Amino acid sequence: MDIQKKQDRIVREFKLLGDWQERYKYIIKLGDKLEPLTEDEKIDENLVRGCQSQVWLTSDLDDGKVKFRADSDAAITKGLVALMIRFYSGEEPDTILETEPEFLDRIGMKEHLSPTRSNGLVSMIKQMKIYAMAYKTKLQQLKG
Amino acid sequence: MDRTVEKISTGVDFDRIRADFPVLKRKINGRPLVYLDNAASGQMPTFVADRIDRYHRHEHSNVHRGIHSLSQQATEAYESAREKTRQLINASENEEIIFTTGTTDSINLVANSFGLSLLKKGDRILLSQMEHHSNIVPWQMIADKAGAEIDVIPLLDDGRLDMEAYEELLGERTKIVSVVHVSNALGTVNPVEKMTALARQAGAAVVIDGAQAVPHQPVDVQQIDCDFYAFSAHKMCGPTGFGILFGRKEHLEKMGPYRGGGNIIDKVTFEKTTYNVAPFKFEAGTPPIAAGIGFAAAIDYLNSIGMKRIADREQELVDLALEKLRKIEGLRLIGDPPERASVISFVLEGIHPHDTGTILDKHGVAIRTGHHCAQPVMERYGVTATARASFSFYNNEEDVNRLIEGVKQVKDFFK
Repeated sequence: MDIQKKQDRIVREFKLLGDWQERYKYIIKLGDKLEPLTEDEKIDENLVRGCQSQVWLTSDLDDGKVKFRADSDAAITKGLVALMIRFYSGEEPDTILETEPEFLDRIGMKEHLSPTRSNGLVSMIKQMKIYAMAYKTKLQQLKG
Repeated sequence: MDRTVEKISTGVDFDRIRADFPVLKRKINGRPLVYLDNAASGQMPTFVADRIDRYHRHEHSNVHRGIHSLSQQATEAYESAREKTRQLINASENEEIIFTTGTTDSINLVANSFGLSLLKKGDRILLSQMEHHSNIVPWQMIADKAGAEIDVIPLLDDGRLDMEAYEELLGERTKIVSVVHVSNALGTVNPVEKMTALARQAGAAVVIDGAQAVPHQPVDVQQIDCDFYAFSAHKMCGPTGFGILFGRKEHLEKMGPYRGGGNIIDKVTFEKTTYNVAPFKFEAGTPPIAAGIGFAAAIDYLNSIGMKRIADREQELVDLALEKLRKIEGLRLIGDPPERASVISFVLEGIHPHDTGTILDKHGVAIRTGHHCAQPVMERYGVTATARASFSFYNNEEDVNRLIEGVKQVKDFFK
């Protein structure tokens, strides 16, 4: 699916929800459904820095597309992490580097993008882009 | 609840005092703000804000060097903060009061100017497991430079320091003991007077981090008998960027400056510089004049209520909150010391403190979540973070109720 369509679909889903409580509960549910990382993967190397809650992020390159997996020890953060994985995972490095998660603003989660929230979402997005950049370089080297 | 007028045992009308803090009338996420993050920073009353505003608009001039009237008036207003601070903590002389940018800066000053010249290779610095990072890192940096070692007084399960271990750790190589008066993460009030006496017997100098103590209770540095005592203005109705270091005159006279610049010098040639006397030799450059004048006003404001009354009022609120929090199933207090000031740290079973804080904020209740810059404390109690509610005299019973109601809503939310 086109990544912009992904944004629209997430926004449509959230439009069906009412007040903040419903939206947060939905986000927590998304986190619950997220495939957890194994304890072996929850290592310092995979820890995203700059979060009050702990966020672990791993990535793989599969057929030119980046696959992300992640986990968090806080429920709301984990839900937001799940949303970001749904958004970026399976996309090509260029798409990840070029596309901002505008949907977060449109679903009323903009406050979590403030660097002062330090819930890790900003750091996580940055880390996802760093991975994308690394894979892009790797792919270019393979071609070259 | 009858809360039209809260005339409590102290005889102060704390409900009227709330009106001095306009921020308390704000709504956050549609609910009246309940501000319980006072250990991070306190709110500023209109009296102090107006004083700072008046200085900026009508009285501003540089201090300590002008011959003109405006400069002399500014100097007098700024220096009045020194006298008021001296009285507040009962230091014996104004020269023992050094102005800094905050507690962190104060501790760095002691570590560098006092610690570095005192410590020899193999000497020991004694800290505690409940220290804020600002009372750990400066000492680590100095220990590295001097070849000194750091010892740590362990914590007991209830959040008190292990005093037996303290006595054992106080050795003949212990040159400096640096401990917190009131823990920012646990609320524990440490027996600093007793600790100082023991340290003195062992021949060690004592530095006390009083950032969480001076805003909440009467503090008397002569009674404690410590060598240094540090605290910040912004946690006690004053502005940010302004802090205090009390130091015994005998030490300050011997200590060299911490930063170079103007104001600290006696005579400068390119060959040699001789330094001004304390406290000025530690206050290089143009000081935060407005902040100092604001802090003087903050002390006046606090004195108009009385530190003892403030301590009593806060104790009432903390006791009430504790009583109610204890009844909440699945709530674990982190640290339950018999002597506690202002701060309550807790975790809810199965709920990350960050989630607790986020949902409480949605209900208009501002608390702090995280490791509170005291990671060794978190490690000691096997948590990565806690939720921390911290009280001030302008909080009230309604705030306590909103916290309790909020915590119950958090529990329901994550059920």
